[in-house]
Amino acid sequence: MDNSQKRILMAKTGLDGHWRGPTIVARALRDAGFEVIMIGMANTNDIVSAAVDEDVDLVGLNIGGHIDVAIRAIQQVQATRPGLPIFAGGTIPPHAAKELEALGVEVYPPGSQLADIVDAAERLTGTK
Amino acid sequence: MTDACVNTLLAQATGGDRSALARLLSLIESNPQVEAHVRVALATTESKAVVLGITGPPGAGKSTLISATLPYAVQAYQRTAVLAVDPSSPFTGGALLGDRVRMQGHGLGQNVFIRSMASRGESGGLARTTATAIQLLDACDWPLIILETLGIGQVELDVMDLATAVVVVLNPGWGDTFQANKAGLTEAGDIFVINKADKDGVQRTRVDLQDSLSLLKTAIPIEIVETIAAEKHGIEEFWHAVERYLAAASKHGMLTEIQLKRRRRLLFRLMQRDLESQLSAFTRSTVGEQYMGAVLAGTMSIEQFKAHFFATIMPSSK
Repeated sequence: MDNSQKRILMAKTGLDGHWRGPTIVARALRDAGFEVIMIGMANTNDIVSAAVDEDVDLVGLNIGGHIDVAIRAIQQVQATRPGLPIFAGGTIPPHAAKELEALGVEVYPPGSQLADIVDAAERLTGTK
Repeated sequence: MTDACVNTLLAQATGGDRSALARLLSLIESNPQVEAHVRVALATTESKAVVLGITGPPGAGKSTLISATLPYAVQAYQRTAVLAVDPSSPFTGGALLGDRVRMQGHGLGQNVFIRSMASRGESGGLARTTATAIQLLDACDWPLIILETLGIGQVELDVMDLATAVVVVLNPGWGDTFQANKAGLTEAGDIFVINKADKDGVQRTRVDLQDSLSLLKTAIPIEIVETIAAEKHGIEEFWHAVERYLAAASKHGMLTEIQLKRRRRLLFRLMQRDLESQLSAFTRSTVGEQYMGAVLAGTMSIEQFKAHFFATIMPSSK
């Protein structure tokens, strides 16, 4: 299946900074043929309504600290769209990564390879 | 995807289910059979929505203007849908749809439905399936649909086919008298916005635009509004200009005319699209390849080729 039929939501929670990471990831996903919907800094309501209205196949969260905020957003997305895959990156300390993984979220901390992230997107959206 | 599934989704969507609407919009984009089915199902549904087209060059501030306008739109129409088109890469088919970045935090909750759409290779400033998406949003009782084109230059004016009113967003220092008088953008707008009006050159741009627009014969005078959308300046004036235009269009009986014009252009576009795909299928068929070879070798005229083509796609009307 073709990546271009797949839509990925990219949002930032927590700190409004460290934009380079999600921008580069969005670009890599675009170059892999995905349609990437960027919403930038967003609160839980924004993320949930974008996940519904945009009918995305995957949610990518860039987490800038404040892990509780991210977890609330993840739980709301999961409650509204059960089964929708979520992956996350950003400044995520190891203990927080465990909390996220316990919720079924794949974590790509700083230093992750773009190729691995694109691979994950293809696997999670079922194009691979 | 069976027709029954599509019918179920359609019933849910028109009944107010946002997820069903969102799913159908994706299916329309990616599956021509579903698109055709939805078109047939909605063919006799009365269209009621006002479609406000927003167009202009990349970076003019279209998304920011829409974002700032949403509170006024929702106050006037209760519910407002936004369809924002951004370009797909011609190389990978991928797209970065970033209009929504500017539209976050409106706090208008369920009264606003925002959908990003990739152009998927279409060159007129919209996507191939935008018309059907609008028809569906209309059928789902979104009374105002704001349609944002991708950043356009001078010829990508498909938005005129779909919009009740077209807003052209420009910036100070845009072009000069010659740009303003070139065919295209200045002929497309019903309302002009000079956004980023805190920058130098507003007066010059306004004068050039006014000069150019004064030569057009329009039933409704074209207004030029200045805004600084990022700071929410001039937005109320802009919204009033939109309301004045729509009221005048309705008074002049132009809304029906606009509706007819839209349907007419849609008819032509869909027929063109179908004929093109038939032609491309014909040229790949064994017999079509032979005929094409004959034309290329100069042993058959294009007229004869055309006769063979139509006889093939419509055997009964021969």
